[in-house]
Amino acid sequence: MAKSMTGTMDAGKTGRAEKIYSRRGSLGVLYRKEMSDHIRGRRFLIILLLVAVTTAAGIYGAATGMKDALESDSNFVFLKLFTTGGASMPSYVSFMALIGPFVGLMLGFDAINSERSNGTLGRLLAQPIYRDNVIIGKFLAGTALIAILVTAGSVLTGAAGFLTTGFLPTGEELARVLVYIVYTILYICFWLALAIMFSVFCRHAATSALSSIAMWVVFAVFMSLVAGFIANLAYPMRNEYEQAANMLSNYNCQLFINRLSPYYLYTEAVSTILNPAVRAVNPVTVSQMIGAISGYLPFDQSLMLVWPNLAGLAALTLLVFMISYIKFMRQEIRGN
Amino acid sequence: MIRISGLTKRYGEKTAVDHLTLDVRRGEVFGLLGPNGAGKTTTILMLLGLTEPAEGSATIDGIDCTRDAMKTKRITGYLPDNVGFYPDMTGRENLMFTGMLNGLSREESARRIDALLEKVGMTEAADKKTAAYSRGMKQRLGIADVLMKDPKVIIMDEPTLGLDPEGMKEFLHLIRQLAVEDGRTILISSHQLYQIQQVCDRVGIFVEGKMIACGKIEELGRQLVMENHYALEVEASPMDDRFLGFITGLEGVRDVSGEGARMLIHSDRDLRKDVTAFLGTNGYELLLLRQKGGDLDEIYSSYFAQAELEAEKHGKEHDRDHGRRKNRKS
Repeated sequence: MAKSMTGTMDAGKTGRAEKIYSRRGSLGVLYRKEMSDHIRGRRFLIILLLVAVTTAAGIYGAATGMKDALESDSNFVFLKLFTTGGASMPSYVSFMALIGPFVGLMLGFDAINSERSNGTLGRLLAQPIYRDNVIIGKFLAGTALIAILVTAGSVLTGAAGFLTTGFLPTGEELARVLVYIVYTILYICFWLALAIMFSVFCRHAATSALSSIAMWVVFAVFMSLVAGFIANLAYPMRNEYEQAANMLSNYNCQLFINRLSPYYLYTEAVSTILNPAVRAVNPVTVSQMIGAISGYLPFDQSLMLVWPNLAGLAALTLLVFMISYIKFMRQEIRGN
Repeated sequence: MIRISGLTKRYGEKTAVDHLTLDVRRGEVFGLLGPNGAGKTTTILMLLGLTEPAEGSATIDGIDCTRDAMKTKRITGYLPDNVGFYPDMTGRENLMFTGMLNGLSREESARRIDALLEKVGMTEAADKKTAAYSRGMKQRLGIADVLMKDPKVIIMDEPTLGLDPEGMKEFLHLIRQLAVEDGRTILISSHQLYQIQQVCDRVGIFVEGKMIACGKIEELGRQLVMENHYALEVEASPMDDRFLGFITGLEGVRDVSGEGARMLIHSDRDLRKDVTAFLGTNGYELLLLRQKGGDLDEIYSSYFAQAELEAEKHGKEHDRDHGRRKNRKS
């Protein structure tokens, strides 16, 4: 009796183990296939070129602007490599904030709809795999690639700066750059998730590419204009009286709307984390400033300031991914 | 092997598959025939667990297709219509990917790939990227792909579409081989009759989500004859008005039409005896006499004509409904 019971229990256990294995196994296979697809595709060359140009431009910008930057403040030289731009050349950080999204978009904009138009989706889903593994595998492969690219770009920038200036980075600077890398990966992952979402909703790769680029333009350019417009409508500042009464509300309103945009969230976070002189991300009144001693914020305090931005970015990414996930799970699988 | 009972699928108001009941036996080649939009693909997707039925159930080898889709997909191979491959990968790599997804080891996959490529005659093109493949090559690679998991059941959706005659012949030969030599159960959906006729043990005629006839091809022919659909093709010399008058005067003739030098007579009964007797006694020369019916084309068009009539009626009602709704809106 006891023997037979252990027997069935074992069978149950192996059954479950097999199930878990098959789930992980197929996810692994899908992940590896996506990865090799990306790397061997021609598109990857363009992405590499994009990242290389960004890095080179960033290094060039830092090299030309460094002298002026050091004259005004000669602390945290290593971080300045990332944040300093020349007269005509933006810094590595602002370059990444603008160009980075394209990497995510290019990796994701045809994730699902190309499977559909190639006629591979039906064939793929007829294999003994869970449907969600397909979209998760695509997202993970894209994320891994983004992580590699961003890390490589940042390390290159750091190394170039190290070679030209001869300053060794301190532990704190390294930690700050590490946090910057994590933020950048998450930021680009948001765009990857967004592109994948469009690829689930749009039948044609061209439509989804255009839609995701449109979103990029909206967030990077129009959002701040719209924020200013709405803030001025809600809290007008036409005369001195209104200015005095509404200034803070106006600014807060603008900030609130801007922070809905991942572009703003990201730039706010990285400019804080890479610049220890930034002491606050919200408006500070004169009375709050009284008695404050000018100085650098320690690493953990900088991190505290931008912690909500990380949460916000992660939440946005997750939200967008969940929408595409749910839509993909419920979508009909037709030949085309 | 495949057992479908009361399977129903609705898209909004439209019923794509309407209480379909069907049994496909082990080792059988079953043809699911019907015009485009009859619900064939929907049925297949339900068999694969890729879309959920509103009512009814389907099992493959006793396993429920909706609840245990993972298990049924392990033993079922599916060749979708317009099968595609990852264009940047070679044929061999595409098959390897399928093998790995089915939990095969790399070595085992490689072994099967070699054997299957040989079987479908794709060994030479296997290391080219599939972007360069022709339709026929994709189809053959598709079969190899389906066989990677060594399935008990193979489901093919419009497999003969866009194949040239030579490719078609090879393809049908391959299907026959799969059923007879390997004992696999095969379900083929198609709207092309002749190809299906050549390989299927049984066919089901599927219109507007309903199975309106099912059985062996000869049985369907007999069924048709029993419903008193006779079609006689006659050619005699001379084809004069007297002969025509005789034919139209015969009892049970419903329709007479000319097809070049020949005459096609639709009737409720077998006319051959009367016609030959008339021709013999009146000095005509009989050049051709052929009782049509029993071939799939006949069956198909006959059933489809019925179904289309019904569909037309239905469509008119639908239009009226639609119009009413529109009016209400405005």
